[in-house]
Amino acid sequence: MVTALHNDAELRQRAWNAAAEVVDPEIPVLTIADLGVLRDVTVTDGRVEVAITPTYSGCPAMNMIRVEIELALEREGFRNPEVRTVLSPAWTTDWMSDDGRRKLREYGIAPPLASSSRRALFGVEQVACPQCGSGNTEVLSEFGSTSCKALWRCKSCREPFDYFKCH
Amino acid sequence: MAVASIQVSETPLVLYALRRADDALILGHRLSEWCGHAPMLEEDMALANMGLDLLGQARELYSYAAKVEGKGNDEDKFAYLRDIRQYRNLLLLEQPNGDFAHTMVRQLFYAGFADLYWRAMMKSGDATLAAIAAKSEKESAYHLRHSSEWMVRLGDGTEESHARAQAAIDDLWAYTGEMFAIDDSERDLIDGSVAVDPASLHPQWLKTVSDIVGEATLALPKSDWMQQGGRSGRHSEHLGHLLSELQSMQRTFPRATW
Repeated sequence: MVTALHNDAELRQRAWNAAAEVVDPEIPVLTIADLGVLRDVTVTDGRVEVAITPTYSGCPAMNMIRVEIELALEREGFRNPEVRTVLSPAWTTDWMSDDGRRKLREYGIAPPLASSSRRALFGVEQVACPQCGSGNTEVLSEFGSTSCKALWRCKSCREPFDYFKCH
Repeated sequence: MAVASIQVSETPLVLYALRRADDALILGHRLSEWCGHAPMLEEDMALANMGLDLLGQARELYSYAAKVEGKGNDEDKFAYLRDIRQYRNLLLLEQPNGDFAHTMVRQLFYAGFADLYWRAMMKSGDATLAAIAAKSEKESAYHLRHSSEWMVRLGDGTEESHARAQAAIDDLWAYTGEMFAIDDSERDLIDGSVAVDPASLHPQWLKTVSDIVGEATLALPKSDWMQQGGRSGRHSEHLGHLLSELQSMQRTFPRATW
């Protein structure tokens, strides 16, 4: 129950905690807080508004994330929460938390490199294999199983792996 | 029964947003036609991925056009309930996929432009357009890199792939001029710092494309005669066929949802 006994700062923290638990449906080891997709939570007169930002323009997970946030907040007792999408500032992989990067690696996805060479027309990136740690890897396709990933292969252990693209 | 097309109040800003939204939707749809047909699995995923990026850009731009217009239209109505003459996309983007070389050359010509254009638009005085540009710019950079690598593979590959890549360049070249053309409606937005003048990006685009085509041992045509019409609704025969497929569900079952 949300009652007048709570002040807005406490409510905001509770709402944030609830929203922050929502996971990316396509990378379920990462929460939207890990990803940096969760941008802001405000509480006005007990009503919660959550701002999220898409990783890629066409990311099909956004609709599901929106519904999951609404459900998580309803479960916490917040009625009619509003989830809106903000585009600015544009999401970048630099917003991904260190914890998120570690979780990605343990899940078998190489985390994004800190600085991007995407401007280079025939860019060469050095990505470590999340399985064996070898740097002897090659890109198979710039576009992987989801918009945010590329497909790589390790030349040491021969395992293919996903790389979370630097963006 | 078929449902009537919507009316659109094309103020300069609405028209501007619709033109870019139509570019993204039509090219995105063309790329989606490759789904299940690409030469290999990785390419199938790459083309669908890029189509998805473009569809996302189109949705943002249509939604913004709807908001600016304020007449109760929305992204779905713009996409599904306008006739061919109401579509404002570049002719280049509605051209059929052809062989893989044609699709890659179309990608190179457009991504090379979109990359520069959206980067410049990040400084737009219109906050929404600047935000859409900031996302689109990152995606366009990937699309450009993808098509650049393929141009080199095709051009500097076998005799057959070289010949096909060159034929695709020759076929599509005349559609590139339209990317840099503007009309009075857009001139006002450029003067008001809402839009950037695409003509100012032409030298850099030509350099990027020439460098890649040169690296691929291919050549750009000498001809500078350019075909135009898409921005004012005069399209090639191909767009009608594309729209009949894209819109068939909403035209046949108006307001169907799932």
